Amino acid sequence: MDTLDIARWQFAITTVYHFLFVPITIGLSAIVAGYETAWVRTGNERWLRLTKFFGKLFLINFAIGVVTGIVQEFQFGMNWSDYSRFVGDIFGAPLAIEGLLAFFLESTFLGLWIFGWDRLSPKLHAACIWLVHIGTILSAYFILAANSWMQNPVGYRFNPDSGRAELTDFAAVMFNKVQLVTFPHTVLAAYMTGAAFVVGVAFWQLRRRGTSEDDQQMYLMALRPAAVIVLLAGLGVAISGDVQGKIMTEVQPMKMAAAEALYDTEKPADFSIFTLGSLDGSSEKFAIKVPNLLSFLATGSPTAEVEGINELRKKYEKTYGADPGERYYSPGGYTPTIPLTYWTFRLMMGLGVAAAVFAVWILWATRRRRIPEGRLILWAALAMPFLPLFGNSFGWIFTEMGRQPWTVFGVMTTARSVSPEVSPFEAMVSLVTLTALYGVLAFIEVRLMLTYIHRGADELPVPAGPTSEGEDRPLAFAY
Amino acid sequence: MELTTVWFALIAVLWMGYFALEGFDFGVGMLLPVLGKTEKERRVLINTIGPVWDGNEVWVLVAGGATFAAFPEWYATLFSGFYLPLLLILVALIIRGLAFEYRAKRDNDSWRARWDLAITIGSFVPALLWGVAFANILRGVPLDAEGEYVGGFFNLLNPYALLGGVMTLLLFLTHGAMFIALKTDGPIRVAARALAVKIGLGAAVVAVLFLGWTQVDTGSVASAVAFVIAAVALLGGIAAVRSGREGWAFLGTFVAIIAGVAGLFLALFPNVMPTSLASGIDLTTTNASATAYTLKIMTVVAVVFAPIVLIYQSWTYWVFRKRIAVHHIPDPIAAPTGS
Repeated sequence: MDTLDIARWQFAITTVYHFLFVPITIGLSAIVAGYETAWVRTGNERWLRLTKFFGKLFLINFAIGVVTGIVQEFQFGMNWSDYSRFVGDIFGAPLAIEGLLAFFLESTFLGLWIFGWDRLSPKLHAACIWLVHIGTILSAYFILAANSWMQNPVGYRFNPDSGRAELTDFAAVMFNKVQLVTFPHTVLAAYMTGAAFVVGVAFWQLRRRGTSEDDQQMYLMALRPAAVIVLLAGLGVAISGDVQGKIMTEVQPMKMAAAEALYDTEKPADFSIFTLGSLDGSSEKFAIKVPNLLSFLATGSPTAEVEGINELRKKYEKTYGADPGERYYSPGGYTPTIPLTYWTFRLMMGLGVAAAVFAVWILWATRRRRIPEGRLILWAALAMPFLPLFGNSFGWIFTEMGRQPWTVFGVMTTARSVSPEVSPFEAMVSLVTLTALYGVLAFIEVRLMLTYIHRGADELPVPAGPTSEGEDRPLAFAY
Repeated sequence: MELTTVWFALIAVLWMGYFALEGFDFGVGMLLPVLGKTEKERRVLINTIGPVWDGNEVWVLVAGGATFAAFPEWYATLFSGFYLPLLLILVALIIRGLAFEYRAKRDNDSWRARWDLAITIGSFVPALLWGVAFANILRGVPLDAEGEYVGGFFNLLNPYALLGGVMTLLLFLTHGAMFIALKTDGPIRVAARALAVKIGLGAAVVAVLFLGWTQVDTGSVASAVAFVIAAVALLGGIAAVRSGREGWAFLGTFVAIIAGVAGLFLALFPNVMPTSLASGIDLTTTNASATAYTLKIMTVVAVVFAPIVLIYQSWTYWVFRKRIAVHHIPDPIAAPTGS
């Protein structure tokens, strides 16, 4: 394997892994903040117990999200130094701003939240976890602005003297139309993920022997709003996804064609429910299609033309075939891996729909505070956390693999982005080390998470308000 | 002043802040087996930095991000060039970060012992390697005509760099001990004071050697002033802790680290990564920088938001200003045993 392949594997593994934990952090931080606010407002201690229970699970998850995030920032420079040189003038700024605005906010106020139960007033303490949540949202905005620029480069020019891309319009980058739809799509999917996690955990608590009737009512207080969030966020994900598809057809038509395994331009274009392609992915062998639907989804009009993979490839060979700057371009190979893009796109959507359907079922089955019996619904609830979780993964694999062979669409290819002086040996040491470490940590994290889910929500100790100076009580919380 | 100079200074400030803050986190982590003989003592130590370590660590993420944004060529050469040391630092930071949160989650001696080891090693490795990395930046490493690092791994383990690594190691140990003396009460506080003096004197000797060597090689008047301030602050801190004035002592090592790092950046300027190859090119604040437009945007963002960050981060330290002693550590609320 050469450094390029190893670097690509590492980026894929570390990013998918990081983005397993991040959506739960985003979603669950809002939910826990909601519980604590409900407690401050109503004084109902069940909200406090839920805050502490899901808060603990949140922290187990947050820690691993943070440590795997450090790798992400270092990785651009380590494995992709040519990319960093070429686009750093544009790409570096959102990352730096993410650190300054979002990471400081999250980390500082989380420390205050974890340790400040007896040091801050209840309102101020609740505000801390809201600030953590706002930090996660800000973080999402800036990193997605950076990624959206890779999908649809705007607000820049190529400087032939410096041989690099240079920022000319910061607002254009911050309000890139791809960004404006990707941000809500990703954040709403994160809300789905956090809420689905709560649904799974709460439902399990509801059904297990040993949960008192009183506690069952408490878990219902968590379960039903969470199911509603899955549904509403899911709707938002679908709507923003639809808009995103139309924008994608406009700015990255090859990605749309690849998502659909649309080999030849069609007018109108049919939507494939199921396509089997040839082994090398170059043509279609068998398909079940819905007439006109792809035209409609891609453009809003049921009779519009949608460009196919083969036509686009010829077009790109003409456009990009001429070499604009020797160092940053490699000709040919404009087609992404079709089976991968096709199936990840569908899996993403299918998992999202399944989550929404299960949420409706669970809401219906728990109406008027009923505890539903039955195996099937229990399995649906236990599956819930994994549906949007892996939907996110498939979505990201789709959007990044669908952009290949480009790192920056139409500007720089992945092949030219890798660090030229990093040896395959070094890259392999990094890949193996990080993959093995992540594997071990995932094992530890999951077991710890399951242990604390199994434990259930604790009874409350005598509540401690803020200490006055001079009182020498033990800390309310300590590591 | 040129925007490129402004941003060189801002990145220097970010590294100064990082080492002055995370420096004591590393020190506390390394002193865990030394000052924490019982379980409760270890928890006292960990809880001195519990609320603040994560916010401190963000300084390096912003330093790295700012380097990427303001000097992309520097970021690219540095991170791809110092590949294996950075990988080691990454692994250390990962296991240390997880350890703080996970350690108390199971009531089990071997679980805690493993995470304690993760904290200690996870603090030791960066404390040493950051110094090695910065020394190498100052010394100059083989960069070719494209500004790419072509030196390999062992090139980075030269005597000057290793001395720099030992300096940061000892400085952070001292700084950690000062922090512990300031934030704890009881026998740990007393032991920390004594340790701070001993390690501090060692740190002072190494610092004088390393900073002196640096000054002779690439120093300027400005860097000499900074290095002198650093030495005086460090010695002042040691004197203060000997007479039990822990606040002043901590301020001493805090200022020493800030001034020391400032001096290193002053000695580096106007280079950002000089080359040791005759055929190579030095990376400088001008040839490694982003465009003026990008620097302008970043400056506006920094001027608006950095003060806000400083305010709320320092507020955290005020909220958690109380000293911690063994009797403040609550018994674990029957954490699951498991493994």
